[in-house]
Amino acid sequence: MQDVSIVIAGFGGQGILSAGKFIATAALLEGREVSWFPSYGPEMRGGTANCSVVISDLPIGSPVINDADVLIVMNGPSLDRFISHVKPGGLVIVDSSLVLNIPDRKDISLYRIPASTLAVEAGNITFAIIYLLGCLAKQSGCIQRESFEAALTDALPTRHHHLIPKEMAVFDIGGTFLNEN
Amino acid sequence: MSNRVLMKGNEVIAEAAVRAGCRHYFGYPITPQTEVMHYMATRMAEVNGTMLQAESEVAAINMVYGAAAAGARVMTTSSSPGISLKQEGISYIAGAELPAVVVNVVRSGPGLGGILPAQGDYFQATKGGGHGDYRNIVLAPASIQELYELTVEAFNLSDRYRMLTMILGDGALGQMMEPVEFRDVEPIENVAKPWALTGRKGRSEHNTVTSIYIEADVMEAFNNKLQAKYAKVTENEIRVECVDCEEPEIILTAFGLVSRICRNVMQLAAKEGIKVGLIRPITLWPFPSQTYAEIAAKPSVKAFLDLELNCGQMVEDVRLAVNGAKPVHFHGRTGGNLPTQHEILEHIRTLAGRNA
Repeated sequence: MQDVSIVIAGFGGQGILSAGKFIATAALLEGREVSWFPSYGPEMRGGTANCSVVISDLPIGSPVINDADVLIVMNGPSLDRFISHVKPGGLVIVDSSLVLNIPDRKDISLYRIPASTLAVEAGNITFAIIYLLGCLAKQSGCIQRESFEAALTDALPTRHHHLIPKEMAVFDIGGTFLNEN
Repeated sequence: MSNRVLMKGNEVIAEAAVRAGCRHYFGYPITPQTEVMHYMATRMAEVNGTMLQAESEVAAINMVYGAAAAGARVMTTSSSPGISLKQEGISYIAGAELPAVVVNVVRSGPGLGGILPAQGDYFQATKGGGHGDYRNIVLAPASIQELYELTVEAFNLSDRYRMLTMILGDGALGQMMEPVEFRDVEPIENVAKPWALTGRKGRSEHNTVTSIYIEADVMEAFNNKLQAKYAKVTENEIRVECVDCEEPEIILTAFGLVSRICRNVMQLAAKEGIKVGLIRPITLWPFPSQTYAEIAAKPSVKAFLDLELNCGQMVEDVRLAVNGAKPVHFHGRTGGNLPTQHEILEHIRTLAGRNA
């Protein structure tokens, strides 16, 4: 398994940093090396948020990502900001309910999932990022389904554990979308 | 299944301190290290320790001074502007020869600066910061695992030499998460502290902790004693990591997080046939000068490239150590920016004469 570098970006409050933590925890549970590096600063709900996750079988050099294998975005400005950082052949997953612009790069795999709309329909807006993570797991193979489920159990407070079966169903739906490029 | 857990650097600092037997923590909140205090608030209650949010950084460092004088394992943490406020106390702690641990999760400066990661406090940490002829042991971790191990070690070093040990981190190291594997039992050195202010307890003389010496000769003798101690620390405690330094063309040198960006760049350079080595000081004071001198003497080495998140601070120590044997170049970023692998590689290509 190769190193995978993942940038997740969007608005504060969308679960961007938590999503990174779920992935990092899942990879850790698989016994791999991992780093999670957040944007931090005068951040607030509605402001921008992003984090970088690196997964590797070897000790991780830089936790700071210059060229990403995967970009997951949940708002338009983040797509504009990070699209040029994706490696040729990289994977770009966008919440198409919120990101209306379409990247003009043809050298990437593009998955557009109306995640926020689906999440509202499923009854919980916080599920939106889970559709995108399901797509990430399916298309990149960087984490296993079982370890993601274990990571949710590990990372979420007990009071949210009743949501996990529903989140896993959402995760699976995320894996069914097709490449648009 | 190992027992590695994913934790933030700031939380690891706090957990490591508790594991090292620290039962007194005094602090004042400042981004990007406030999580240390958050964690301590819960953790100290569990171990019957003290977490006290002082009224200011100045108060916090003087509480450290007091607890250290009483022989306790004690720590304070802050970030750059807060560490500036603590400098008077740090000098007094040095003057009173007390063991204490201070963590600086460095942010960008000068002044109030910004809250993003930087290394602009290298001079302050290694060259004094407060007044008078004193030194702190300064440790520079590069990963969360090392942050844990060095925080534990900081308490041992402090007790062993009756000195303040500073962990010089940065905002990124404090905020990022990586797996950390805690030991079952920490290697705590239980150093006797017969000098501590714990009451006379039947001794004929009471102990005195002071940093005031009015007589010139007495003050000078005390300074000489400190210098002898610092010489001993320099002899015994230098730590440095050298990577691929057998027959390199270019030597990168960096401490903390920047050294990890360098490791990625080394792989990129290797693909282009440029042999690049890395010297990473783990102790910034005492500085591993000898290592630099030895590697500078290698015929294969064309140049050094020092990388820091400042305008050129450690590079002065590197140049003193290399002593003109080879050119020492500098590449710095500030304001919270980190150098990209590409820009470092570009600099290496130029130094190696590989640019078209």
